[in-house]
Amino acid sequence: MLTLQAVLDGLLLGILFALIAYGMALQWGVMNIINIAQGDLVILGGYIAYFMYLYGIHPAWGVIVSPIIMYFVGVVIYKLVINKVVDRDLFISILATFGISILFMQLMNFAFGADVVLANSGYGTTMLFDNSVTLPNSKIFSAFISIVFAIGLVIYMKKSKLGRAIRATAQNARAAKILGVDTEKVYAATFGINAALCGVAGALISITFTIHPYMGLPYTIRSFMIVIVAGLGNLPGVAMSGMGLGVFEEFADYILGTEFRIGSVFLLLVLILVYRRFKLSRKREYLK
Amino acid sequence: MNKNIILYGAILIFGIAAPFIFPAFKVQLSILCILIILAITWNVQGGEMGYNTFGNILFYGLGMYLCASVQVGMFFPLGEWTEGGGEKTFVHTPAQFFQGFAVGLAVAAVVPAIIAGLIGYSILGLRGHYFAICTLGLGVAAGEISGGIEIIGAGQGFTTPPFPNVDRLEARGEFFYFCSFIVLVFTFLAVKAIYSTRFKLVLNAIRDNEDKAEAMGIQTMKYKIIGWMISAFFCGLAGGIMGGLVGYIDSTDVAFDGREMGVFMVLMAILGGKGTLWGPVIGATLFHIFKEGFWTFFLGWQYVALGVLIVVIVIYFPEGIMGWLREKYPERFGEVVDEADRKAQVTLK
Repeated sequence: MLTLQAVLDGLLLGILFALIAYGMALQWGVMNIINIAQGDLVILGGYIAYFMYLYGIHPAWGVIVSPIIMYFVGVVIYKLVINKVVDRDLFISILATFGISILFMQLMNFAFGADVVLANSGYGTTMLFDNSVTLPNSKIFSAFISIVFAIGLVIYMKKSKLGRAIRATAQNARAAKILGVDTEKVYAATFGINAALCGVAGALISITFTIHPYMGLPYTIRSFMIVIVAGLGNLPGVAMSGMGLGVFEEFADYILGTEFRIGSVFLLLVLILVYRRFKLSRKREYLK
Repeated sequence: MNKNIILYGAILIFGIAAPFIFPAFKVQLSILCILIILAITWNVQGGEMGYNTFGNILFYGLGMYLCASVQVGMFFPLGEWTEGGGEKTFVHTPAQFFQGFAVGLAVAAVVPAIIAGLIGYSILGLRGHYFAICTLGLGVAAGEISGGIEIIGAGQGFTTPPFPNVDRLEARGEFFYFCSFIVLVFTFLAVKAIYSTRFKLVLNAIRDNEDKAEAMGIQTMKYKIIGWMISAFFCGLAGGIMGGLVGYIDSTDVAFDGREMGVFMVLMAILGGKGTLWGPVIGATLFHIFKEGFWTFFLGWQYVALGVLIVVIVIYFPEGIMGWLREKYPERFGEVVDEADRKAQVTLK
């Protein structure tokens, strides 16, 4: 029954990862940047929910408040740094966002302290299958909210004017510019939406798991991995590979031990990339 | 040519005299040497070959662990040493210490190079940002995994053998300084020699256009692997010395410290100028001075400063100091400049 427990835990966790990865895919597809600070945005979003919890507001409201604050944080980051790396080499954006990541880590360490914290939602647990599987309700809640936000965003991207502009810019920025789309604004909005998604995910993580200023990088790597497995712009793929990663992680945790959990995630990234490389090299191609 | 000999001579004399002129800064000078070695090795790969890696920290940390393990393991049971947390149950005699250190350094250089050769075929097939992220993953994974291995100290760290005092002569600082300085000179000369051969041209061809290089009949994979092995060799050496110098190895904070050393080496090479011989040296020196200043006067804010520095250098200064100089004084770099043409270009802008 531990297997079933791990699978269910992994699936619920994976939905959260998929939400973060969706933001990653969005900015990668639209602006062609890889954001190493993604995980730190998640953690920052988590701290917003945690602070609401400290001041006596139920942390679940963080799901509403955190994305609004994070949207503006994202726009500010875009105006200060990202707009200068959009059209440049991808390595420049990796390195620049690595700098932002280090900056955020340390600022959060100053502001919130280096303790591992958790916003207690007070939701109970659900027992399934004759009490052999324990599911905290907070995990179910977070998976549900993630799905709601993901579906909402998909509809927004399809129907709204801004969503259409974002998709047009992703297809061909120059043509979109000619047709009167203010790409600068679109980029800012894209980065803001990405940060807002990170904010939602962070708030949910602070309810279900724990947050710590230095825990950002694994979330970045996870979302990167999900995106390269699924491909850009493939939303069902992102959801599937996110859940797959969640299950993998729970099993790695369960079989190898918790101390190897993060290590196995990073190792899996290396293995996936190497596997893709060998598969493509048969056709004399390489990952682009 | 004559000028160069004077320059090199002056630097060499300064390097030898430095620990006696500034006795208080011996450790800092040794760390500077290590940083320069790391910047040079990163530049072989990132600057000349165009394969921007975050993963050379893997070889650095590996060298650190290997050197210390060999130094201890040659004479004492390794498991008991790490379990005791460096308690004084086993003491190296001076002869044992130096023998162990020498063998350890050799192992620390050769094994990472071999590992680079083994994993090179799989990983160097990735290009651009995939390579960067993959090596980032490798470095972090190595840190996390080595933090779970019992025999090299796991989470509690690994204390390297303390320096033996021969006849109460306190020569620890000098010993490690000269070790790192000699390795630095060796690295510099080796890289300089490599840069004057066809090998460097091949690496540059790979950087500029790998597909075309392959079409010209260059076995790019072979050269890429050799380039990475050279990088790994010197990284391992630097790590081995650094382990002895610091005296304590922790898996994520000292050895596989992707957040510090792993970024530093990229930053130093970019600050000085990628793809030049002297760029990394200048970059590392400036960076070390800046870093020490900040670490002393703004304690606690150093990572904030580091983050801002990375962003500023990458966005506003991606060509580095040597690149800037080259643009300003192209004649000094052996480029023939047509003055009228240059002025015309300036007005066009």
